[in-house]
Amino acid sequence: MIEFHNVSFIYPNGFKALDEINLKIREGDLLALVGENGSGKTTLIKHLNGLLKPTQGKVFIFGRDTKELTVAEVSRYVGIVFQNSDSQLFSETVEDEIAFGLRNFGFSEEDINLRINFALRLFELEIYRKKSPFLLSGGEKKRLCMACILAWDPRFIVLDEPTVGQDFLEKEKLIQMIDLLRRKGKGIVIASHDIEFLWKLQPKMVVMKNGRIIAYSSAEEIFSNSSILDQSNLIPPQLVELSKHLSTKAFQTIEQAKEWIKKRVNV
Amino acid sequence: MKIVEFSNFSFSYDNGNYILKDMNFYVEEGWCVLVAGKSGCGKSTLLRCINGLIPKYYKGRYEGEVLVDGVRVIDYSMSELSKKVGTLFQNPDHQLFMFSVEREIAFGLENLGLDPSDIKDRVEWALDFLNLKDLAKRAPYELSEGQKQRVALASILVMRPKIILLDEPTSLLDPKTSLQLVNLLRNLKEKLKVTLIIAEHKLELFSPIADRLLVVHDGSIKAYHRVKEVLKNPSISSYGVSLPPLAQLSLFIEGFKEPSLTIDEMMKELRRFFNDRVS
Repeated sequence: MIEFHNVSFIYPNGFKALDEINLKIREGDLLALVGENGSGKTTLIKHLNGLLKPTQGKVFIFGRDTKELTVAEVSRYVGIVFQNSDSQLFSETVEDEIAFGLRNFGFSEEDINLRINFALRLFELEIYRKKSPFLLSGGEKKRLCMACILAWDPRFIVLDEPTVGQDFLEKEKLIQMIDLLRRKGKGIVIASHDIEFLWKLQPKMVVMKNGRIIAYSSAEEIFSNSSILDQSNLIPPQLVELSKHLSTKAFQTIEQAKEWIKKRVNV
Repeated sequence: MKIVEFSNFSFSYDNGNYILKDMNFYVEEGWCVLVAGKSGCGKSTLLRCINGLIPKYYKGRYEGEVLVDGVRVIDYSMSELSKKVGTLFQNPDHQLFMFSVEREIAFGLENLGLDPSDIKDRVEWALDFLNLKDLAKRAPYELSEGQKQRVALASILVMRPKIILLDEPTSLLDPKTSLQLVNLLRNLKEKLKVTLIIAEHKLELFSPIADRLLVVHDGSIKAYHRVKEVLKNPSISSYGVSLPPLAQLSLFIEGFKEPSLTIDEMMKELRRFFNDRVS
């Protein structure tokens, strides 16, 4: 479990990016962080693996204060996939890229090999094994970044804007991958502006504004609450807006909307 | 009038595989064209062929012709072409570098050697049009992503381009700011008759202002038509194009003539549909 206890964070220039955050994230949770640009999402994410330590308050990872842990120690439990894949990749080959983290964590060479095979297969990257990561497409680079992190099997996985630059098919794959990780009991945190993508995932949502959490609820509740939407620069997904116009409970999927229409027609 | 035209056009970087293959299409002046397709399908390359980065900066095998405003891209000087074609990149940080918003907007005009009073007028106009007056003295790097994007757009608009190219303009913006950008682009199109060519994955957001949807796959054109016409064919998603939820739903309803792009269109169709069916 990851716990934030009254966490505030002030950057050296005096900007208060987090203001009294209290939050618990458990294994098996699927949590979406939303809010306008500059609301504190990225600062919060950087507290999840100890890249930043609170100015006030405490962050506990499995009961241990991140101030007493190194980034490497926290990373063993929490893996972050950043928005810009290029800033995360640096090795000469795809397999070296995956091996890098594993070697740092001290896995045996035999184990490293098994884990590389597993990660390459999971993300359909086997054919690129000996290639340079920089020759991959944007979507493939993103998959490689996820493969690197899943190879060491952290308990929490954090995805910062995972759909940026991803086409429809890549987004569908990403959704399947997140479902798989969720079924495996991983805790997943996603920061995203992509509302149609989030609606398909149906996560619990944390809405941030000016460094504070202004709402914490199901996707359905958040997207049906016009005051929260207004405050946080969100707009409802198309299916939510449609169900509102039809005065019915929000359709979670296209299939539900189809069923609803079928039932109302005498055919 | 055809403002952009590709005829029998192919291109490959460094003589490698063709990134664009035998492209034939044109854009009428004043249209908004969305360019969609899988990542790596050639969208960004296509934009570079219009703003002249190809072949001026990116060299390779260049076959056939690209015409902008009736003249071949290769016959323009970069400064002549940049007066006609403005480009808004994905990340505005890559194009902002001055110390204040108004200086940023004036930069391109000063380089053209325009009269100072003319520069002042154009900057004032752009600040007003894009609602940036309050930010005129601020430093661009201090602004929010949405504000930065408006500044970048303002510095393009003062050049009075006929065409603006946008490469995934909403990828860093929150949902409401994205919607504001779409409304702003609608304004540009309607009031200034600017031609817009936008590479974008979020069709649900941009379809309502688009005249045409161009689907590119492996460097070839798979569809180029009115948006609703293209979205009628669900197999388009195999080219990485996401059918917006409303369009998907309307394809299911028998008797829908066209996919709906907005809630209003959907509700109108549903009412008609229910009236027909419910006895």
